[in-house]
Amino acid sequence: MGAVALVAALSVVAASGAGTTSSSRASLASKIQPPKVPNAAAIKKKYGGQTITFIGDSVGNGHVRDTNLATRFTKDTGIKVNVVPHPAASDAAYADLVRAFSQKSSSIDVAMIDVVWPGAFAPYLVNLKPKLGKQAKMHAAGIIAADTVGGKLVAMPWFGDFGLLYYRKDLLKKYGYKAPPKTWNDLFKMAQKIQTGERKSNPNFSGFVFQGNAYEGLTCDALEWIASAGGGHYIDGGKVTIGNAKAIQILNAMAKQIGKITPRGVTSYQEDQTEHAFTSGDAAFARNWPYQYGISNAAGSKVRGKFSVAPLPHGTKGNSVATVGGWQLAVSKFSKHQGASVEFVRYMTSKAVEKYDAIFNSNVPTIPALAKDKQVVKTNPYLKPATANTPRVARPSKFLKTHYNEASKAIYQGINQILNGSSASSVVPQIKSKLQQILKEG
Amino acid sequence: MSTVATPASAPRRRRRRTTLQRRQSRLAWLLLIPALAVVAFVAAYPLGKTVYQSFTNQEFLAGLNPTKWVGLLNYRVLYHDQFFRDSVVLTVKFTVITVAFEFVLGLIIALVVNSKFKGRGAMRAVMLVPWAIPTVIAAKIWQWMLDDTFGVVNDILMRLHIISHPHAWISDPTWSLASVCAVDIWKTTPFVALLLLAGLQVIPRDLYEAAGVDGANALQQFWRITLPLLRPAILVTLIFRTLDALRVFDVFYVFFGQRTDMQTMATLTQSTIINDGHVGYGAAMSVAIFLIIALFVVIYVTVSRVTED
Repeated sequence: MGAVALVAALSVVAASGAGTTSSSRASLASKIQPPKVPNAAAIKKKYGGQTITFIGDSVGNGHVRDTNLATRFTKDTGIKVNVVPHPAASDAAYADLVRAFSQKSSSIDVAMIDVVWPGAFAPYLVNLKPKLGKQAKMHAAGIIAADTVGGKLVAMPWFGDFGLLYYRKDLLKKYGYKAPPKTWNDLFKMAQKIQTGERKSNPNFSGFVFQGNAYEGLTCDALEWIASAGGGHYIDGGKVTIGNAKAIQILNAMAKQIGKITPRGVTSYQEDQTEHAFTSGDAAFARNWPYQYGISNAAGSKVRGKFSVAPLPHGTKGNSVATVGGWQLAVSKFSKHQGASVEFVRYMTSKAVEKYDAIFNSNVPTIPALAKDKQVVKTNPYLKPATANTPRVARPSKFLKTHYNEASKAIYQGINQILNGSSASSVVPQIKSKLQQILKEG
Repeated sequence: MSTVATPASAPRRRRRRTTLQRRQSRLAWLLLIPALAVVAFVAAYPLGKTVYQSFTNQEFLAGLNPTKWVGLLNYRVLYHDQFFRDSVVLTVKFTVITVAFEFVLGLIIALVVNSKFKGRGAMRAVMLVPWAIPTVIAAKIWQWMLDDTFGVVNDILMRLHIISHPHAWISDPTWSLASVCAVDIWKTTPFVALLLLAGLQVIPRDLYEAAGVDGANALQQFWRITLPLLRPAILVTLIFRTLDALRVFDVFYVFFGQRTDMQTMATLTQSTIINDGHVGYGAAMSVAIFLIIALFVVIYVTVSRVTED
C-alpha cells in the first residue's frame, strides 16, 4: 500500500506540472477554431468509418493543434484519426519511421516528415501529385522542389521553420541597449552584462539559451553559427568544407560561453528546454524556431509582451542567416487507407488549416500568400520582412540522401563534444573525415 | 512420472519398466515440443538471424546496394572501431561500479528487513518503490531533479553547503558517469535486496540458535553462517545484475541521448542500426555484446565452482 501511495503521489506531481502549461495553452485555443473540411459529404460517402493513424507533432503546442484538427476532420468526414505524437528529437522520430517503413508496417498512414527526409523516405511514400498536384501549386516552389523526388511529389508542405533570435526588450532597455545584437560577440557581451545584473535577484538567470544537445537541433544551430561566420555549410558543392579556420574559430568561441553566459546544462537542451527557460523569464536571449513565439506570448508566460525577435547574430565578417526547417505530411505506401489518408493531408495542408496553424501555433505558413495575410502577420511578427527575409541556409541533405541522418549524427556529436570541453581543432578534423567517408560510400 | 515402481519389485519388472520408460520419454518429448518450439522461435531464430546478418552488409534504407555476404568484414571494422571500444569500457565501468554498490547496499537492506521489527511488512513494500517505477520515467524525474538551473538536488546540496555553486550533473562530463550510476543504484538496489532477502529466508533459524548457544557473536554468525549459505542467492543476484548492467540502455538514452562520450554498448548498437541504418554492422555489434556478456557468465560460474571446491 505504501508503495502504491508514493507512486500515486509522484504521478500527481508529474501531472500537475504538465497541467499548468496546458492550461496556459488552452487560452490560445479559444482564439481560433479549426476550419471546416471542404467537400466533406463526398469524402464521408467514400471513406467514412475508416480509421487512420497520423504520426504528428510533439513540440510546443503541436500535439494540441493536431488533435484539434483531427477532431474536426473526424466530425466532418467520419474518418477516425488516431493522432500519435512522434518523439520530440527529430532524429528519434526519423528512427521510428525507418523502423516502420523497413518492416512494411501498415500501422502508419500519415506521418509528418522533416524537410531533410524526403530523399531517404521517397521509396516508401505515396506519390501525391495526381490528387494534390493542384493544391501543391499554392505552396512555396522551393519546398515543393524539396518534396519532389524523381518527379514524384512524396510529401506536402505543412509548415515552415527558420531560426530566430528571441530577446527580452525590457532587459535590453534596462541595461542601456537600443537594439538587439548584430554580431555573436555583441550577444556574448550583452548577455554577460544582463546576466550579471539579473542574477542578483534571480539565481537561475542565464544570458543565452539554445539547442546544445547531441541531436538534430544542434546540427541546425551550429549551421547558423558557422555559416554566419563565413565558414560554409558543412558540405558545399559536394565537398566537405567544415574543416576551415572560420568554422573552428566560431565553434571555439561558442564553447567558451558554455556555463559562462549559458546554463552549463545547455549542452543537453532541446527546443522545449530552450523555450521553458525563456518563457519562465530565465534567459535574456534564446535561439529557437517560430513556434516559440506563440507560447512565449501566451497568457501565463512570464515574458508576455516583453520580448521580440530579430535575425540571429553573425560573425565579425559575415551576415545573418537562418537554418531552414519545416515539416511535410506524407502518406505511407503500406497504408491500407490511402484514399482517406490523402484526404486528411489535403485538409491539413489547405490554406485554411495553415492559417489556423499560423495563428494557433505561430508556425510559418508554406503558402506565400498566407505569409502576407494581415491577421497572420499580426500574430506572428517574425513574418515581417526584417526577420522573414534573413537569408536561409540548408542542411546538406541533398548531398547525403539516405545517409543524411548518419552524417548529421557525426556533426552534432562532434559539436556537442566541443561544447562539452573538447577542442574544436581536434574534433573538427574527425567530423570532416567521417563526412568524407560517408560521402564516398553514398 | 509418479508411476515408478518400488525398488523391491524392481528386478522382475525391469523389461516392462523400460518399455514404459521409453513410452514415457516419448511422451515427454511430445509434451516438450511446444516449449521447444517457443524457445526456437523467440531465442534461437532471432539469435541465428542476428549472427547471419552480422556477416552481411544489410542496410535499413536499402535500394542503393543490395544486401550481400561480406564475411568477417564487419568484425574486422568493429575491432578497430574506437566508438565501440569506448562504449565497452564505459559499460564495464558502469557495471563494476553499480553492481558493487548495489550488492553491498542491497545486502545491508536485506539483512535489516530480514530481522524482526515493527512495521517490517510496510518497510518491505516501501523499499520496492524505486524498482516499481519504470526506468524511463525514473530517469526523466532524475533528469529534472539533477538539472543545473532548477534542479532540486543542487538546491538541497547548496543549502547544506556541500557545494558552493550548482553543478550540471548530467551535462558536465566530470559528473556524468557518477550521476547515471547513482540513479541506477537508487533504482536497482531494491531488486538486489529482494533477491538476497529470499535467500536469507531459507536459512534455517536453528543454525543461528545453535551458534548462539556455542557463543558465536553476530559478526561470526554472519561470516560463518549467513554468507556461506547465501552463496547461491548471491551468485544468482550477481549474474542477474551484471547481465542487466551490461545491457543498460534506457537511463543512458534518456540522460545522454547521442552524446559521444556516454554511449553504452546497447545505445551505440541501437544508434548504429536505427539512426545510421547499418543493420549488418549493428548485428556484428550485437554478437560482440553477446560474447562479452557470455564471457562474464563463464567467469562467474568458474569462480563459483573453484571457490566451492
